[in-house]
Amino acid sequence: MFSKILIANRGEIACRVIKTARRMGIKTVAVFSDADRDALHVEMADEAVHIGPPQAAQSYLVIDKIIAACKQTGAEAVHPGYGFLSERAAFPRALAAEGIVFIGPNPDAIDAMGDKIQSKIFADRAGVSTVPGNLGVIESPEEAVVVARDIGFPVMIKASAGGGGKGMRIAWDASEVADGFARAKSEAASSFGDDRVFIEKFIVNPRHIEIQLLGDKHGNVIYLNERECSIQRRNQKVIEEAPSPLLDEATRRAMGEQSVALAKAVGYDSAGTVEFVAGQDKSFFFLEMNTRLQVEHPVTELITGIDLVEQMIRVAAGEKLSITQADVKIDGWAVESRVYAEDPYRSFLPSTGRLVKYRPPAEGVKDGITVRNDTGVVEGSEISMFYDPMIAKLVTHGPTRLAAIDAQAEALDSFVIDGIQPNIPFLTALMQHERWRAGNLSTGFIKEEYPDGFTGRATDEETRAVLAIAALSMDLIRRERLEHHTGRLRPASGKWRTDYVVRLDREHIPVTVPEGYAAVPLEIDVTIAGRTLTVTSEWRPGEPVWIGSVGGDTVAVQARPAPGGTLLAWRGVTTFSRVMTPEVAALDALMPVKQPPDLSKYLLCPMPGLVVSISVAEGQEVKAGETLAVVEAMKMENVLRAERDGTVSAIKAKPGDSLAVDAVILEFA
Amino acid sequence: MKDVLEELDRRRDAARIGGGQRRIEAQHAKGKLTARERIAVLLDEGSFEEFDMFVQHRATDFGMADQKISGDGVVTGWGTVNGRVIFVFAKDFTVFGGSLSEAHAEKMVKIQDMALKNRAPIIGLFDAGGARIQEGVAALGGYGEVFERNVRASGVIPQISLIMGPCAGGDVYSPAMTDFIFMVRDTSYMYVTGPDVVKTVTNETVTHEQLGGASIHTTKSSIADGAFENDIEALVEMRRLIDLLPSNNQADLPEIECHHDAEAIDKSLDTLIPDNANKPYDMKELILKTLDEGDFFEIQGAHAKNIITGFGRVEGRTVGVVANQPMVLAGVLDSDASRKAARFVRFCDCFNIPILTFVDVPGFLPGTAQEYGGLIKHGAKLLFAYTQATVPKITVITRKAYGGAYDVMASKHIGGDINYAWPTAEIAVMGAKGAAEILYRSDLADPERIAVRIKEYETRFANPFVAAERGYIDEVIFPHSTRRRVARALRLLRNKHMEQPWKKHDNIPL
Repeated sequence: MFSKILIANRGEIACRVIKTARRMGIKTVAVFSDADRDALHVEMADEAVHIGPPQAAQSYLVIDKIIAACKQTGAEAVHPGYGFLSERAAFPRALAAEGIVFIGPNPDAIDAMGDKIQSKIFADRAGVSTVPGNLGVIESPEEAVVVARDIGFPVMIKASAGGGGKGMRIAWDASEVADGFARAKSEAASSFGDDRVFIEKFIVNPRHIEIQLLGDKHGNVIYLNERECSIQRRNQKVIEEAPSPLLDEATRRAMGEQSVALAKAVGYDSAGTVEFVAGQDKSFFFLEMNTRLQVEHPVTELITGIDLVEQMIRVAAGEKLSITQADVKIDGWAVESRVYAEDPYRSFLPSTGRLVKYRPPAEGVKDGITVRNDTGVVEGSEISMFYDPMIAKLVTHGPTRLAAIDAQAEALDSFVIDGIQPNIPFLTALMQHERWRAGNLSTGFIKEEYPDGFTGRATDEETRAVLAIAALSMDLIRRERLEHHTGRLRPASGKWRTDYVVRLDREHIPVTVPEGYAAVPLEIDVTIAGRTLTVTSEWRPGEPVWIGSVGGDTVAVQARPAPGGTLLAWRGVTTFSRVMTPEVAALDALMPVKQPPDLSKYLLCPMPGLVVSISVAEGQEVKAGETLAVVEAMKMENVLRAERDGTVSAIKAKPGDSLAVDAVILEFA
Repeated sequence: MKDVLEELDRRRDAARIGGGQRRIEAQHAKGKLTARERIAVLLDEGSFEEFDMFVQHRATDFGMADQKISGDGVVTGWGTVNGRVIFVFAKDFTVFGGSLSEAHAEKMVKIQDMALKNRAPIIGLFDAGGARIQEGVAALGGYGEVFERNVRASGVIPQISLIMGPCAGGDVYSPAMTDFIFMVRDTSYMYVTGPDVVKTVTNETVTHEQLGGASIHTTKSSIADGAFENDIEALVEMRRLIDLLPSNNQADLPEIECHHDAEAIDKSLDTLIPDNANKPYDMKELILKTLDEGDFFEIQGAHAKNIITGFGRVEGRTVGVVANQPMVLAGVLDSDASRKAARFVRFCDCFNIPILTFVDVPGFLPGTAQEYGGLIKHGAKLLFAYTQATVPKITVITRKAYGGAYDVMASKHIGGDINYAWPTAEIAVMGAKGAAEILYRSDLADPERIAVRIKEYETRFANPFVAAERGYIDEVIFPHSTRRRVARALRLLRNKHMEQPWKKHDNIPL
């Protein structure tokens, strides 16, 4: 076994690998760019080597720098994580030349699976079910039409070198084929510098299901069952689960065995994943093979109890797999959410910056529920523009799918992130979505269910009750504390009144409680909309999450101070709340509803300063968050960004101008 | 007997309806509450005791003898906010437009005197049309009496003004002499002379909002210390402020139970200061992470944002926070920031509220606009206020503390009790670049040599240790232990006692 390994990666996956290595008694070496100087993976590793500027092309992607770091620290092996150098055959070859072990598959296997057409040919030969299609390169539109008729409509025209949706065209009839062929070809040429395209059957309402494989250097390969990753946004996986709600045992075995056959055919000797597209009828077709550890590997780990990183390290060290296919079981259900620094209310624009607050839910096993949070950040970390905006992978495991989903919702609800806007409201809203809960998935799920983007989950009676109860119970505890305020005229009785009105946004909700006295832990029967619910909570003022039991269900509601009340967030619903007596509520109802002032028309200089640059032109359309201008004041550069989408109608300042505060820099139409 | 009791009920009901149902409805239609409704929201339920409910004016001119309404346009009395005594007067716009008569002024003065005698805070809710013209000079006399009480009580009991409607002419000077003014957006305005007079005299055309709305007074004029969306929000927030304030200048600091462990360290603060010295960071994060539960009541939040002032608690006891804000103008001290902070520091000193100062200041703002505007005197106000303050003063320098601004920001030399610096602090006459360029003028032509000189200066002075060697800094602390250190220092200083030499009063450069 190795005594020291280097992790040629950053972020959560570097931390994830370090954890397993540490448990195995292996010393770890981290590498870091300038942007990651204070990163968690650097702190966690036994040693760390600086490898250059923030841009990945000059740091994490430079093979020579990784090799130099290995030599400097005496690391015997390298785990590549995912992304970066993980699927470049040149990397293990270069490492091998220096006598350093690559913790991953052999380079020939990477080569064999790297090209889409090549890999399909391999798969076909190995007896893997492939999408009906023409594996050859198609030369002309006429040929394309013939091939498409042969396969049967609809068909998809795809770039050989493609990925990420570029160079893909769907055609429903012959004329669309001819047109799509030309477009796909030119797109492929411009995007990948390779205009080869091929045609295959297009699966309607497809699902994304993948098989986790594990092989060793002694010819053994096993499959660790499947993951379903159908919840995607723009081909980016958002939520993954294992097992898949679609598969039955026979299909699972067929997919697993075919995947193993393919792996054996290419001499695969590490952890890898065979991706399939599946029809709703459980038909499945080979998509591609990923020759690395996948982002979503934790769901497999939680249902099989196998540490994939440990297995990768062991087989890389030459050990034989100690697990046989018969040992692999499915225990319960696991769901993973990718927590991204993306603002769901602003069409998922990256939201970079400092994590002013970062309080993930408690990890561990409790009452048969496992919560695991793979992350590479801590409170105070910077989400930089240089890398993937993923903050964490939150994984929950329970005995059933719904138990895992409910645990995921609760964990997301108590996941506090301030400073940037994460996609958590979207994820937690999604956990309530009936179609998701029913397991009726397809890769078009998000586009179909949120055609106009995400604006927050619509509130319902259940949600209003939970939010009103959380607001009331926090208010009772706050009042209780103020009753012990020094300087009181006479000691307060501590007795609460029995009727309140909770304001949620503009709605007034009457609630009643029996006579009683506030104390922590709070225990109270709250009557709301004709229902009486027993509420208990140990919340104390200042805690950012109100965790309590409402009618027997555990709920976690986030609370942030707001003028005259509290901002609450639960399951994708965010609302202002204020607890009042009915008398005050009657007066509150008289308050006017105001239209928010329209400040969007101008970009004003926020401080006296020098215009360094104007980043937009007159007539240009800008998106919220886009840089409009840079103003220097006191030798500091301040980036002014668009607050919302709009069109620049006039520019009133130019670089070099010295502006007073509130001077107009530009106008919007 | 029963008849007599019923008569009292009848008279009370008549008084409580003020100017009548029609006027109450008109008030509501404008998005405003009535005086008594406002008091009901402000005070603890059922705690209000009204005085002088039956007072009526004594004017006879212009037909006033026939128009008498009990209360005469102002509701006065006392009650409690979370059990603590507070005196209150609220202008009743439904009665003679809340205008001030002799009798009306007498009611105000009576409640002001009671507040002072009983050493409890007083809050005024303003929504009125100014002097009652029918009464002429008697109204002016009344104003004078009110002003006199404002001044006499200043520094003895907290006085708060909440502007919830028109407040013009003579009415503005009473709030102007209180400790804090807050406004309600869109429904309140304050000015000495209204748009009509402005038009006549200067030919300027302005609206009420442009002349004296909350947006103007919270940002440009700095008359108001804060603004709220509506009456309810304003009154609820006033309760929050009152909870933080001592009752008078000899009262103990208010204290509530604290659940936020003051011993816990906060590692995230170790990365608050960016690697790049020219990159700003948000000082509010440090404030919120130092105070209990991240609870901060900001004063003048929209004005002179390069300095932050406000109240919070540490271990349950009130503190005043003053902090340079690197996010705005790099946290520079200018005239506005100096005046804003000086007034806040003096309020804290009046009422024995310890002052916690966070320093990241590149100096005073250069330029003709500032110098012509009297930067020297305005800067001196802050220097004066800090020096004069005898309350516990705790200072934490996070990054820059350059030049005279270093001295001003509660330095050791002007009486800082406990002065901490983070390891990232740079206490120097100026930044390394500027210093090297002055010291080595002859090297200016040679960028390489000047770079070496800058580096030299940086190594020598761009740290807290030169100051620490001299004892100007009591201790260089880890950012992550800031809350713990501040809490300990406040415990240490709880019984601080310091007296200034006897004087009638000082002569702060006003």
